[in-house]
Parts: sequence; C-alpha cells; structure tokens
Amino acid sequence: MSVIAAISTPNAVGGIGVIRISGEGAIDIADRVFKSASGKRLSELKGYSALFGHVYDGDTLIDECVALVFRSPKSYTGEDVAELSCHGGAYVAKRVLRAVLSNGAEPAQAGEFTKRAFLNGKIDLAEAESVMNIISAHGRQALNAAAAVLDGKLSKRINNIADSLTNISAAIAVWTDDPDEDVPLAHEDNVRSVIASSLSELEKLIGDFDSGRAVTEGLETVICGRPNVGKSTLMNLLAGCDRSIVTEIAGTTRDIVEDTVILGDIVLRLADTAGIHKSDDTVEAIGIEKSLKRISSSQLVLAVFDGSQPLGDDDITLLEKCRGKRALAVINKSDLEMKIDINKIKEYIENTVRVSAASGEGLDEIKSVLENMLGTSDLDSSAGILSGERQYACCVSAVSSLKEAAEGLNAGITLDAVNAGIDYAIEKLLELTGKTARDAVVNEVFSKFCVGK
Amino acid sequence: MEFLAGKYDTAVIGAGHAGIEAALASARLGCSTVIFTITLDFVGNMPCNPSIGGTSKGHLVRETDALGGEMGKAADKTSIQTRMLNRGKGPAVHSLRAQIDRRRYSEYMKHCLEKQDGLDLKQAEITDIRKTENGWELVTKLDAVYEAKAVILATGTFLNGKVYVGDKCYPSGPDGIFPAVGLTDALLKLGLPLRRFKTGTPSRVNRRSIDFSELEIQNGDEKPVPFSFETDVPPENKAVCYISYTNEETKKVILENIDRSPLYGGKIEGVGPRYCPSIEDKIMRFGEKERHQLFIEPCGLDTEEMYLQGMSSSLPEDVQLKFLHTIKGLENVEVMRNAYAIEYDCVDPVAMKPTLEFKDIPYLYGAGQFNGSSGYEEAAAQGLIAGINAALKILGKEPLILDRASSYIGTLIDDLVTKGCNEPYRMMTSRSEYRLYLRQDNADIRLTETGHKIGLISDERFEKFKIKLGLIEKERKRIENTVIAPSEEINSVLVKNNTAPLTTGCKLAELIKRPQLCYEKLTEIDKTRPALSSDIFEQVETELKYEGYIKRQKSQIAEMRRLEVKLLPENIDYNDVIGLRLEASEKLMKIRPVNIGQASRISGVSPADISVLLIYLGKTNK
Repeated sequence: MSVIAAISTPNAVGGIGVIRISGEGAIDIADRVFKSASGKRLSELKGYSALFGHVYDGDTLIDECVALVFRSPKSYTGEDVAELSCHGGAYVAKRVLRAVLSNGAEPAQAGEFTKRAFLNGKIDLAEAESVMNIISAHGRQALNAAAAVLDGKLSKRINNIADSLTNISAAIAVWTDDPDEDVPLAHEDNVRSVIASSLSELEKLIGDFDSGRAVTEGLETVICGRPNVGKSTLMNLLAGCDRSIVTEIAGTTRDIVEDTVILGDIVLRLADTAGIHKSDDTVEAIGIEKSLKRISSSQLVLAVFDGSQPLGDDDITLLEKCRGKRALAVINKSDLEMKIDINKIKEYIENTVRVSAASGEGLDEIKSVLENMLGTSDLDSSAGILSGERQYACCVSAVSSLKEAAEGLNAGITLDAVNAGIDYAIEKLLELTGKTARDAVVNEVFSKFCVGK
Repeated sequence: MEFLAGKYDTAVIGAGHAGIEAALASARLGCSTVIFTITLDFVGNMPCNPSIGGTSKGHLVRETDALGGEMGKAADKTSIQTRMLNRGKGPAVHSLRAQIDRRRYSEYMKHCLEKQDGLDLKQAEITDIRKTENGWELVTKLDAVYEAKAVILATGTFLNGKVYVGDKCYPSGPDGIFPAVGLTDALLKLGLPLRRFKTGTPSRVNRRSIDFSELEIQNGDEKPVPFSFETDVPPENKAVCYISYTNEETKKVILENIDRSPLYGGKIEGVGPRYCPSIEDKIMRFGEKERHQLFIEPCGLDTEEMYLQGMSSSLPEDVQLKFLHTIKGLENVEVMRNAYAIEYDCVDPVAMKPTLEFKDIPYLYGAGQFNGSSGYEEAAAQGLIAGINAALKILGKEPLILDRASSYIGTLIDDLVTKGCNEPYRMMTSRSEYRLYLRQDNADIRLTETGHKIGLISDERFEKFKIKLGLIEKERKRIENTVIAPSEEINSVLVKNNTAPLTTGCKLAELIKRPQLCYEKLTEIDKTRPALSSDIFEQVETELKYEGYIKRQKSQIAEMRRLEVKLLPENIDYNDVIGLRLEASEKLMKIRPVNIGQASRISGVSPADISVLLIYLGKTNK
C-alpha cells in the first residue's frame, strides 16, 4: 500500500492541526520534514511515542510541531503511522501537508484512512456499512469538487498541457503503427520541444499554483491609492472581517513581519511597510510614490479609489502601473454620489468593486471577486481543497516523468520508451478527469491523423 | 424434416480465422468438435488484405502461437514476403508482417482442420440454434440437427451480410459468398444484443495492366524471421510490393462524386472503423493532405490479382474506375474485383465475460468479428481463447483469463468486454499501457508456460523453451560478470561509436547498455562471446537496454494485479451495495466485472466506488 497523507483535523480554525501519514514508509517520510529538538529521528522511535521539534519544507521552517509515531499494527489504520501536530489554522496545516506530499506521500482519497483501517481489520464489521456511506459521501463531494475545479483556470492550463502531450503521444503512436507514414510531429526535435515547453508550463504552474497558493500560502498583496481614498479603512475592514484574522507569522526567510488576512479561502499577505498599523496618519502619509514601488513585486494589487471624486492625475499614474498586474479596483465611498469614471478604470483594471469601507458594505463582493480572479471560488469545500492538492501532486509527478522522458531522449533512447514517460505524464494530468491516457491517445490518433490501410 | 446428424462437445459456427483457432483448440484439448462453414473452398479466407501481422497484430500472432494456436505456423508456411516493421524504432514496436499467398493459406488451414483428430469440418449453413436441457441443438439449412455442449459463434462478416457499391446493395458475404441469413433471429431470441457494423475492402486488379516502371518497390527483409516459435526454417521472399500515391486529380474525381457514396448518401447504417477509412473518408476528413499512399500487394504466386491497400471504397463502380485511373501506374488498370463496403450483424461484447462466454448464456461463446473486432489476427486470438475456454469448461477445469499485463490478447479482450466498442475494434500498440514489456520478441517467454499448462504446447516444445530461458539467463550472467579493461582496441571502438572511452574496467553489460552500442558493435572486443542464436542476444540486449523502463512497467503490473486477484462474485446485486453511486451501480450491473481490477477500468466507476466495493468484499468474505 502506498503512503497516504491528509489533514485529519477539521478544515477550520482550531487550536491544533494534525497531519496524518499512513502506510509502509510513512515514518521515513515524516523524518524528511520533521527535525526534532533532540536530534533524534522518528524512525528510531517505538510505537506510541512522540518527539518535539520543527517542520520544514526543504530548508524553510514552517512551524513548531509534536510528532507522534504509531507502529503497525497498533495504529488507527493498522499501518505505520506518523502524526504531525502543528498550530491550528488552515494555512499552517496545508503547508505541512504540502511538504509531506512533496516528500513522497500521496494525498489520501476520501475516507481512505478509514478504508485501510477496515481492510486491516481495525474496524468492527458492524461499522463497515457506515464506512461505505462515509466514503461514498466523501467521494461524491470530491467528485463534485473535482468537477468544479476542472472548470477553473488552473484546470484549463493543465488540460492544455495534457492536450499537447496527448497530441505528441498520438503522433508517436502513428509513427509506430503506420511504419510507412512519415509523421513530422513525431520527429525527435519536435518531441523534444513539446516535452520542454510542457515542462516549463508545468513548472510555472507549480511555481505559482495560483489558487493553491492563495489557499495555502497567501498572496503578496499591496493596498495602494492616493491619500484619503480610504486605504487604511479598507485594511481594517479586511483585517476585521474574519474571525480567523491576522495570525502573525514571523517570516523566517525574510526579515520583515507580515500580516496575514484570511478572506474565506484566500490568504492575503499584507506586507507591513512603514507600519500600516502605526496610525491612520502614518498610513495616509504613505505617498503614492512608495506604494507604486511595491506594486511591481506584489502578486495582487488592491487599488483604492475615491468614488465620490473624478479621477485625478495620481489615480491615472496608479492605473498605468496596474496594467497587466493581477489587480482589483476598489471604488470606495459607495455611500456618496458617484463621480468617478468607472469605464476609464476598466480600461486598466478589469475587475472593479464598489464598497463603503466605512460601513462595511461591499466586503462580500470583494471576497467573491477575488475568489473568481484567483480561481479559488470552487475551492470552498474541504474536498475542493483536496482536489487542489491532488492536482498539485499530479503536476509534480508529471514533471518528474517528463524529465525522465527528456533525459532518455537526450541519451538516445528510442521514442517507444520515451513515449512511456509521456503517457505516464498524461495519465497523471488527466487523473482528476477520470479519463485515461490510452483512450485519450487513441481518440487523438483517429481524430487528428489519417491512418489505416 | 429434421434429423439428428451428430453429437459433439463443441460446435463452431464459421471457419474463418476465429473459428479455425477455436475448433483446433477445442479438439486438441480432447473435446469432440465440429466446425461449420458456408463453403469449404473458403476456409481461412482473406477477403481483405493478403497479409498477416503488422504493428501490434504481429504481437497477437506470436502470442497466439505461444499459446498453441495455428495462425503463425500457417503464415510461415504460406508467406511470400516478410518484413520486420519498425526496425530502428525500438524493440517494443518491432512488428512482423508477411504477405501471404491467400489460396495457399486457405488450403493449409483447410487441410489442418481435416487432419485434426477429434474434429469434423462440414459445409453447412447453421440457420437456428436452440437451448436444450443438456446443451445446444444446431440446425442446418437442410434440417440436419447437431447436438453440442458448447457453441462458439464466429460468423465474421457473414451474419446478415449486405454489400454496398454506390447505390447498389444486395445480401452477400465477402468475396461473393452466400451470407448467413437465418441465424440472426435465433440469436435475437436468445437475447443477444446484436447491432450492425460496417467494413470495406479495395479493388483487386490485374498485374498485367499496371505500369510498374515508375513505382517504388518495397522489398522483403534480407533475413526473414518466422512468426512461430516452432518454425525452424525461416520463410523466403518470393514477391515484392509496390507503392504509389493518390493526387489532386484523384481527389477531384472523388469529391465530384461523393454524393453517390452510400455512406455519405446516408444508406449505410452500420458503424465503420475510423482506422480503416475508405479513400473517400480520407479525402473528406483530411482534405488538407495532398496525397495518400497506396500499396500494391500480390494476392499470391499463382495469380495476377493485386490488392490495392489504402483504396477501400463504396463508391459506384464507374467512379472507382475513374479515380483509380488517375493514379500513377494505374492509368490503364484492369479491375478484377471492385471495392465494396459490407455491413453485418455483430454483438455488443460487454455481454461477454473475459472468457468470451456470454454472461447470461452458459456454454455460448463468441469470437472474432462477431464480437465487434476487426482483423484476422484479432479474430484468431479470440478464437483461440474462446475454444480453450469452451473446452476447459466442458472438461470441468478452471477457465483461462489473460490479464492486460500478460499480453495484447488480454488487452484486446479486456477492452472489448469492459469498455465495449462502438466501431470495429482494431489492436494498436497504444492500446497497451504495458507495451514496453509486451513485446513480440518475448511473446514465448510470457505465454509458453501458460500454453503448456493448458495442454496446447507439447512437452517437447516446452523443454526447448526452457533451454532457451536457461541460455538467456546464462548469457545475462556472463555479460554481468565480464569486465572489460580499458585498452586502445576497445577505446577506438567506443570512440568510433561516439561514446566515452574507458579509463577503468567496465562490465560488458554496462557497455551494451549504452544507447550508442549494442551486441553487434561490440563483437570484436567481446572475446568470450558464445555462439548462440540471435534471438538470445536480442532478448538479453533488449531487457538490458530498457531495464529501467521495464522495471517500472513491471511494478505497475504488480500494482494492477493486486486488484485483479480480488474476485467479484458473479451474482452481486450492485443495487444493494450501500454507498455506490447510481451511475456506478448501473454500469457494474451491466458489465458485471470479474474482479476489482476490471471494475476500476469501467468508465463511470470512481475510486470511491472501488473503495466501497473493496469494503463490501471484505465484509462478505468474513
């Protein structure tokens, strides 16, 4: 049985978040992300014991952690199990899970721990039916969520990559099955370039996994606008909007302190430049000059405008800067008569939202527009997030398989073997759609190539 | 008036490529067998291309041979040109293809059936089959009644066959033979889900009327290799093929007359195969292609008939002539038989188990084109499996189910019975996820033991096979243990082949593994090489070069087989399984998979559904 992992505490804010890893090799995987304070390794421990230490993603510290070790068969699933208990909050737990997954575990299917527990004889027969119902319910939810995710922007990108790989695999299939046909698409140079471009697409995707990142790591966000448009009010509004606000995370890789605002499933990291919190006066004093500098390095811009006044020169300068960025125009003071030219703004920033920061009106709209922009709108259930993680994991496997294919090609391995790597990558990319690479390739052969006798 | 004409264990309807293998397997396993054909003069007929093998089909022939089938031997005996396709494209896609003298092939097969102990070959059209208390009754057109315990349907394109040429259509089997007309009603009465498929064949033309002066010649291999692992004397090349191309003029003629095609005119209801398109299909669907290749293949040594591969058509005869005359070399061609499309009854294969027995009708089997497949090789492979399983069932033995990881045969059958097909199904290399392991060169290694266990491979052949395995193992060990020390002689060979020279000693195996090198290139520096046949070296080299890939496929296979051994009882009512989604339980009720692995390959059955099934199994097994 492969090693599986998932967050086993509810996807809500709590005091503690537990990441459970189960299967043969689970404890080794835990060792790869967990460093104990004492220097002892989890694999040295007997069952039912624990160590205190820290969880890392590569060299990056994520959180303090207590790690528990259970030895087969004395665990919930009956397999070797490691449990990493971190501080509560979806953000930290998801980062830890991500680290565990990138070290060799697979995301657990809906109800999979329970299933394994049953199959290993840990659960009483009488419970079997309820287990089946649970799995079924989770499965349904996961299917729905997966279907929703598959409509998202991210999925379109994944599908595009899968399509171009399918096309090349079909070309190789034709090259194989119709030996007398010249198939230019299957020439080695073309195969090499398609693999290379798919790899770079996938790596980009993994790098800025938009929705996944917005969910798990947060987006570098800057709020900007000329003085007196209501930036700080908006900031306070955002910060105050959620019960789970503002966890202070001392950045370990950088030395500035970030404020994290959780807006539904989206995590915004508002960089604390010159002390956004110090006082209203100071905030207002942050000139547009300073804000503009931050825009280029940010992942999301919230550009604030005063809706009760016509656009000024400073506003236009700001808009110019936002062109091509992921930006949301927040038109404040919706309670006053509107004098601003929204159409002009839309020439620069596609998404606009009217709010009254003072009264709090329009906050939900900010949330929903952001969710749409970031492709997280369909990630609103725990199953949805699971699908996101799964997509991420699939992309990672696809990359390693494609890299092997590329290496093989460069080493002079023939296309039949190279194609095995391409097919595996397609299989991984299509995993969430329920399609199989074989069927996709065979269909592509028929629809794109004139084959047969 | 009906009369009892004979009693058998197994009765096979149809003596085409499926029926032949089915009947031979059944008889060879000790079941008294009868095989019926509409005409004795067309046993094992090749109504389409006069060739056997080709990509992925060559695999099927070798696998059939390793299990004790006849097709490979017959092809070796009657081939007139042999080519190993895709040499230089990697061992996984090497494929053997032979041009066959189609009359010799038919004679060989007829004689083979005639000589077989326990087998009777009869010319008769079966018009009715009836279930009785003890088995089956088969009734011929002349009211002779035969009793059998098991029946294998291998009706090919004969069942309710209808030929289309332009606006003409008439009931017919292929090659102007009578169709089988009465049987359809009997099969419908039994509840078989029948439907109509379509296929086609190009014209045959007289060699004398072809101008070969400007055509490309396609020669056979210098060193032909046989299909069968039992053939000692390799076949000889006695004929060549030619290549020509269609052109703009051909396209123009076809487009001008496209409304006279029964397909485009909407007359044919049957579903045709996408991979075997008629020339008008190719031109309609791939209009941007400037030209289409065609192969001119001899139909035999004692005939001037030539087959025009790639030019299948159902356009009217005058249009056929007109477009053929636009093609280089065929300007004055004389057509001997025109191209035609044929429509026929076949069954939805999801009604069958992987043994090719019908789920709801014990002792009734289907094989070949009747099952919705296409191709002689696909037919033979299924015929063999159906024949084996009918015999094993009669003998009270465990059935033979080949899984996807064992063979192309297993893949073919699993695809048919799990996913069904909505067009004639042809084997393709891309249909197998394990194709780096499922090669034609190791078909014997994969399947001979199974063939021997069933009883179709003789002890003698099995002993020979074990010796081969021993030699492979010994040679593998030798190259693992032979260390080549750096020397001028060796390094000059390495540099000549664009690969790094040695600075320290290196295992011979490591050298062979380098993509730039192979056994042949290392002959001079491999001083201790034993004299072995080339297939031993080929086997060692392939396994070595593709070690990493093969290892990964084998671990995928192991993973797959874990689910394959979890058997699902035949009588599960999936509607009663708590937790299954509606779509899943409907699909499962229809397909009734034999194991969890097969269930997981059904479209519409999700991983969560599989989990539910696993728990259900765990629950019921306790």
